[in-house]
Amino acid sequence: MDISTQTTDASPPTPPPTEAERKRAARGATRPGDRIFLGLTRGSGILLLVIMAAMAVFLTYRASLAISKDHGNFLTTFEWNTNLNPPVFGIAVLAFGTVVSSIVAMVLAVPIAVAIALFLTHYAPRKLSGPIAYVIDLLAAVPSIVYGLWGALILVPHMQGLYGWLNDYFGWTGILSWEGGAPRAMLTVGILLAIMILPIITNVSREVFRQVPQMHEEAALALGATRWEVVRMAVLPFGRSGVISASMLGLGRALGETMAVATVLSPSYDIQASLLDPGGGTFAQNIASKFGEATEQGRDALIASGLVLFVITLVVNGAARAIIARRKEYSGANA
Amino acid sequence: MKLQRKNRLRALSLGAVAVSGALALTACGSDDTGKKDDAGKSTASASAGSIKCDDAKGQLLADGSSAQKNAIDAWVKQFSQACGVQINYKGSGSGAGVTAFTQGQVAFAGSDSALKPEEVTASKQVCKDGQGIDLPMVGGPIALGYNVPGVDNLVLDSQTIAKIFDSKIKNWNDAAIKKLNPDAKLPDLKIQAFHRSEDSGTTDNFTKYLIATSPNDWKYSGGKAWQAKGGQAASGSAGVAQGVKQNSGAIGYFELSYAKDMTSVAIKTGASTPVKPSVESATADIAAAKVIGTGKDMALQLDYATKADNAYPITLVTYEILCDKGNKADTLPATKAFLRYIASEDGQKVLSENDYAPIPADIIAKVRTTIDGLS
Repeated sequence: MDISTQTTDASPPTPPPTEAERKRAARGATRPGDRIFLGLTRGSGILLLVIMAAMAVFLTYRASLAISKDHGNFLTTFEWNTNLNPPVFGIAVLAFGTVVSSIVAMVLAVPIAVAIALFLTHYAPRKLSGPIAYVIDLLAAVPSIVYGLWGALILVPHMQGLYGWLNDYFGWTGILSWEGGAPRAMLTVGILLAIMILPIITNVSREVFRQVPQMHEEAALALGATRWEVVRMAVLPFGRSGVISASMLGLGRALGETMAVATVLSPSYDIQASLLDPGGGTFAQNIASKFGEATEQGRDALIASGLVLFVITLVVNGAARAIIARRKEYSGANA
Repeated sequence: MKLQRKNRLRALSLGAVAVSGALALTACGSDDTGKKDDAGKSTASASAGSIKCDDAKGQLLADGSSAQKNAIDAWVKQFSQACGVQINYKGSGSGAGVTAFTQGQVAFAGSDSALKPEEVTASKQVCKDGQGIDLPMVGGPIALGYNVPGVDNLVLDSQTIAKIFDSKIKNWNDAAIKKLNPDAKLPDLKIQAFHRSEDSGTTDNFTKYLIATSPNDWKYSGGKAWQAKGGQAASGSAGVAQGVKQNSGAIGYFELSYAKDMTSVAIKTGASTPVKPSVESATADIAAAKVIGTGKDMALQLDYATKADNAYPITLVTYEILCDKGNKADTLPATKAFLRYIASEDGQKVLSENDYAPIPADIIAKVRTTIDGLS
């Protein structure tokens, strides 16, 4: 639209558009190209909703088949024996493991990612920030199975020292005690997930911090703020909702990560009190491990667990959206 | 500007939900438990000249056990060179193979366990006037590899193995292990027992052995899923072998081909000397198996409690499953020719080259007779 007004302004000899022409331009969808483009975009939007609905219906239907046959409690049973007759299975361990590994990943990744984003946008010389941003983008392009292999072959053996140190100094907490098994436990999974979600959080946060109005920063500087105070008073409040959104994107990846977890974790159907003792499991890892030899009813049970993951992801995203909405009026973004 | 940015973020996060949901669903497809690393190494030494093609032609579909996939691949290479028949064996697991067979999708199925009564009933719908039968074709020892520094000739008996894998014995200097290895210098080292994290026929056969020989120390019902608590779990035989190699104090069970570059446990069976896993000692154990199938069915009952000299007790046998009568007319010639080849002396010789155990002579002779009578 801007372009058309500009061209009209730039060429005074053309007569002003007639009433009919102006109306047509306002409706916008008269030329075939416009109509096709409108149809394509609208179609894509509807297609997305249809796919989501189809997935939800499929998951719910197959899940209801499985849950009706379950002789354990679907929510509290610490077992996954779908090939027994009657089958006994429950998602307690999986839900716990999924949430715990994601929390560990978020606690480790978010502060580092925000720090990297701040460094790139406000501290690093331009010559340095370009290459660093490029490397971070590369991290995002590595397939998860490669992270998994790296985790299993390199990270796990090298975690022994850290695990021993944590056990020596923080073993008394209970959640960081270690019995000396191979470190294929939730903490290792959390660290690996943190590395995997780092790029997405960094990239989105960087974009958000870059959008901070120059005037805000200059105003803060004019009031005598140091650089740290500028970041604290102008950049962080403005970027808060964006950082939360970025974290949610990362969390989505951490919750659903499959192959990397399946390669690194030593799964079992019990909950370990300590993050350092092997055991536990996540939804996606369990589906990957059990799908190959699953019978019909085993697959239904896995699909039921997939539905729970779907719901957890929706709830988490809804909560994040709510936080952003509530914070909006206080944040610098509205100034 | 602000609005646009917000919308973009919203679209991004919506996309992330959809993508992570889709990941959780599609990732299942990529799980292939048959991560055997030596599929390609089969040597072409068995002469292809002895393969009788008869009027075999066209294409064969088959599916089932991943444990025998390497053997089938080696056979298929020879057979299709000689006869020009394409055989497509998907190693998607015994359960999936039997299901595909009872639904009439495949010419034959491979399975680590014989057909169950209800599966035989189901097979009668695809086999006109007949039923599904089990033909033992591939044997294999399940080795117990370990990684204990300074210990080269570890001997264990079935009770001790059960206690180790059930986390009842937790240290390598335990009195029970010392008693079996009086000369070894057993270190004060935590035992890490590795098992398979996914359902597996190897787990099934290993726990069958424990149940048969040490019912007091292994009180689980058995099956493809690991039931004991504790220990470490890893994905695939390759994952378990990797775990054992990587961790000092580890022990794990896997097919013989994974035990090549590590030491494996000799089992004290009551024979004059403890038995190490090998192609020969597994065949010797299968020789003592009883045929429990009726009619043309050749399902075997393995003798886990064997005390014969040089017979390795932890052995698995995998079957080819097809109809005794009423096989599809268009695939029957090719199926018969292929099975006749794999049951022949040359066919069975391919097995030991690939770390599988050939089926003993008297059992395979009966299998050949059965194959000739297929219709």
